[in-house]
Parts: sequence; C-alpha cells; structure tokens
Amino acid sequence: MGIIKAARLIFDYVKHDEDDKGEEVNRAIDNVSLDIKEGDFVAILGHNGSGKSTFAKHVNGILMPTEGTVWISGMDTSDESHIWDIRKTAGMVFQNPDNQIIGNIVEEDVGFGPENMGVPTDEIWRRVDESLEAVGMTAYRLKSPNKLSGGQKQRVAIAGVMAMKPRCIILDEPTAMLDPNGRKEVIRTIRELNRKEKITVLLITHYMEEVVHADRVIVMDNGRIVMDGTPREIFSRVRELKQYRLDVPQVTELADELAEAGVPLSRGILSRKELLEQLVPYLKEQLGLDDKPAEAAENKEA
Amino acid sequence: MGIKVVNLTHIYGKGTAFQQYALKNVNLEIEDGQFIGLIGHTGSGKSTLIQHLNGLLKADSGEIYYNGENIYQDGYDMKALRGKVGLVFQYPEHQLFEVDVFTDVCFGPKNQKLPQEEVEERAREALTMVGLDESYYKQSPFELSGGEKRRVAIAGVLAMKPEVLILDEPTAGLDPKGRDEILDQIAKLHEQKKMTIILVSHSMEDMAKYADRIVVMNHGEKVFDDTPRKVFHHYKELEKMGLAAPQITYIVHALKDAGIPIADDLITVQEARDAILKLLGKEPGTYKDGKRLEKPC
Repeated sequence: MGIIKAARLIFDYVKHDEDDKGEEVNRAIDNVSLDIKEGDFVAILGHNGSGKSTFAKHVNGILMPTEGTVWISGMDTSDESHIWDIRKTAGMVFQNPDNQIIGNIVEEDVGFGPENMGVPTDEIWRRVDESLEAVGMTAYRLKSPNKLSGGQKQRVAIAGVMAMKPRCIILDEPTAMLDPNGRKEVIRTIRELNRKEKITVLLITHYMEEVVHADRVIVMDNGRIVMDGTPREIFSRVRELKQYRLDVPQVTELADELAEAGVPLSRGILSRKELLEQLVPYLKEQLGLDDKPAEAAENKEA
Repeated sequence: MGIKVVNLTHIYGKGTAFQQYALKNVNLEIEDGQFIGLIGHTGSGKSTLIQHLNGLLKADSGEIYYNGENIYQDGYDMKALRGKVGLVFQYPEHQLFEVDVFTDVCFGPKNQKLPQEEVEERAREALTMVGLDESYYKQSPFELSGGEKRRVAIAGVLAMKPEVLILDEPTAGLDPKGRDEILDQIAKLHEQKKMTIILVSHSMEDMAKYADRIVVMNHGEKVFDDTPRKVFHHYKELEKMGLAAPQITYIVHALKDAGIPIADDLITVQEARDAILKLLGKEPGTYKDGKRLEKPC
C-alpha cells in the first residue's frame, strides 16, 4: 500500500433548502480508486469543478468520504482517533497565501504548526531553521510576512507545513495568484523538497508547464480519473486533453501540430530542448544547411 | 479621444519611513477602441495605475484626462467617470452578494438611478454579452462554477455601459478552457462594441494572442509600450524584470541561433507552425494526419 490510497471513494455535496430539507445531491467524486507511492511527485489536472480539490481535502481529513475509504500511510481517514496523525503526515498548502499566514514575523508563522502539536521549544526552533532553509527563506526570518511578495509568502506557507515534518504535502493551486517569477520560485521549491527531502508531493494546478517534471499525472473529469500516466504519455494525447477543457504546454502543441503536418517528431515532447534536438537537424537536412552552430544553440538552451 | 495620463506620480506611505513610489512620472495615451495588455511583476504599479484611471486613487502629482477633460479639476463628476471606466477587480466573484444572478447584475445600473425598465434591459444585455442565458437569471450566484461566477461579475460592470473596460487578471484560477472562454468573450466585446479594453495579466501567451499593444510596468515606471511583437523582442530585459516572453519566442530565437532562417519575432503557436511549414515548402494551416484541413479545428 502506498502513502495515499483511495478505494472506491465517493463524495456527495448535499444541498439543503431553507427548511433544511429537500436536498439536492451533487456527486463531486465518483468511485475513485488510487494508490500513490511514497516519494512520488504526482500532479492532478482537471477543469474547475472536476473534483480535484475535493479529492485533495480527503487526503488530510478535511472531508470524509460519503462512501469508500481513504488511507494515509495505512490510517483510515474516517477513524477520528487518527486525525492528528493524518494531518501530521499529510500537510496542505492552499491557493491564497494571505489566508494561510498568521504570524507577525516569518519565523513565528513557521513555528505555529509544531507549537500547536506540542513539540518542545528547542525542537520547534530546530524545525523552523530547517524549514526556512529548505524553502530558501532564511534571510527573511525576522521580516513581517505582509512585506513579502506572493511567491515568498507561498514559500513561507510551505515552510510552515514542512515544520510539521509531513511525509506528504498537498498543494492546491499554489501558484494561481502569483506572477511568473513567483510561480517559478514556488515550483522550484516544491521540486527540491521532493528530490532532497523525499517528500511525496501532490500538486493540483491549471498550469500545464508545472506538470512536465512530475513522475505521474492524473487527469480528473466529472469526479472520475480519466487519464493516469507519465507527463509524456498524457501530453501526447493533445486532443483528448482538450476535450477535458485542458491544454498542453505551447512547446508540446507546436510539436504536435508540426507532427500532424508530416514533420517527423516524436509525440509528447515536453521541453524546448527536446523539440530543438529533433527539429533543428531535420530542418537543416531539409534545407541543406551545414551543422556547425547547432551545439551553440543547445548549450544556450540548457 | 480616450484617456491621457500625464506625469502621474503616486506615493504610498508619504512622509513615513515606508515611503515608496508606486507610480513615477507615468505618461500614457490610450485611444478609443484599443486592446491594451498591461504587464509587470507583483508590486510593479499596474494595479495602482488602473485604480487611478477611474478615480479610485488620487495621484500625488500629474494629471489624467478622460475624453479631454481633466478628472482632477474642480466639479468633475467622478461618479459619472466610474460608470464610463468600468473596473473588474481580481477575483471579482468575491463581490457577488445578491440572491440571484439577475438581481446582482442589476445592482450597478440601479445605483446609477436609472428607471427600473432600463435597469433590467441593461442587465439582460450584459448577461447576454458574457454568454449567460435566461436559465441562469434566477440561480444563486454562489452555486455557479468559478468561470460562470466570474462572468456574472463582469456582467455587473458591463451593465453600467462602460466605454472603457479594465480587467485585473480576469482569468486567475480558471482552467485553460475557462480562460479561453473569458478572453474570447472580452475580445468579442472589443470587436463588436468597440469597447476599449485594458487587460492586466501574467500570461504572456494570452497577451500575444489578444492585445494590440502592451504596456510594461517596472518599479512604478513605464518601461515598454509597443506592439506585442516588439515588446517580446526584449525578452531578456523582460526576464530581468521578473517577466517572460511567450514560450514560442524562445523557440524561434533558439532556431535562429541554430542557423535556421526563421523570423525571430513570432509569438504564437500558429505563427511559428506556419513559418516552419513554409520553410519546408508546405502550405501554412492546420493539419491532421498529414492532411491540411480546410478550416482549422
């Protein structure tokens, strides 16, 4: 069993009328079974209302299944005696950094989680140091969070979760409100936590570019899992993705359109480097150009 | 006539230790009917700038002229200005509050003291413009999807019949299809109603696709103001400002550096595809399984 496992998970949002009856049922998750390996970087894609956030809220026990079961490292989330252990194991970061920061200064905010868990004071400080270091925010530890940029605030929020020493971290559109630089900062931080600290990452996003480095991509639609594979497998199915109101990175789209027109390119190209490696030699051969400056271009690209 | 901004300066925390220039000597002329993209990193002054355009913030120095009239002159009707220059804030759906969609959209024109018939007429028109039909009118705005809520909020501003529509990141948090739908809707307003559009966005790909002109802000100053093609040519400078160019710009530059004779000012997937196909002696356009489609799908 992986760190996150769901079996036949169903969740219904129930709407009540003014007299608190006459309910209308909206099935947000419809029979989802899933097993996520410890240490994996998993991205979840899906349009607004596809059920991905509802699923994420099951992973640390904010929502309880209507039917079916979710286990976090073997603990059943509907068993209330485990709830604190589950939330320690699986930490959550939300979209809006301003709603998640409560401390007057950065280090105080990061220490809030472990303090709440009753961690001894010197251990709290050790964790604050480590977490700030891990997200590259040590230099800002005495600053007021409201003087930070969006990307920096989101890194503080991630450090706050890290300080609780989770084995798994769930991020629900952590970059939706950030500018391109802030987005890069946050994604880099998440990837490093995954690589160096071996933390399992569950990233929910609408930005296709953020998904290309994941180990596994899951696509949700109408509360079901409709695609599940490596980024390359998923992004080679451009038309299918568009049906689910999603998109592919522009590099992938360009490669796909050229391939459709008969240019010999492999499907599911994910980076500029890959595209250029295949496209430049072909164009040169077709145009009868010599091969010298190609290396320079590749180096530049890297 | 449009909007003319002259030497606009705005200082936050004036006279305190935190004094900071939010806008510094900004000059900008926006003609009627343009589609302008406004970009800049967080804190570059773009939101401050747009809040000046409908008089929500007052400059520390400088002038703003709307259709030739100085909005800072004595007796200028600010309330009328706010009807003409409509501002859609970030996450505008947080401002929905009425019991149903139709009543919410009526709020703006009702506040303008228009007769009830006209209020309702405008609400219907505005909802049609954003692509919401009568089946939505009696629904609670809180039970709609993210994209639908946002359209209701935009309709609320459109119902005041603005001549200029300013949108601050209207697509943040929407899925890719939802983003396209909102932006296509805005492009349609621009084309059909000749509305002036000022769009604030972090998506360079969207800017490349929709804007006629891009204004780049950095540290409260206007640094570039040109067509998307020319602005994205400065991609290295944009990166230094925490911005970027569309992905396609990087690809065509790399191809050119590798010795492929391709123009380096291409900014959309379609342009790059057609240019590469042309190099290969193929006709431009969308293909499927090696065959050219008559109409792009």
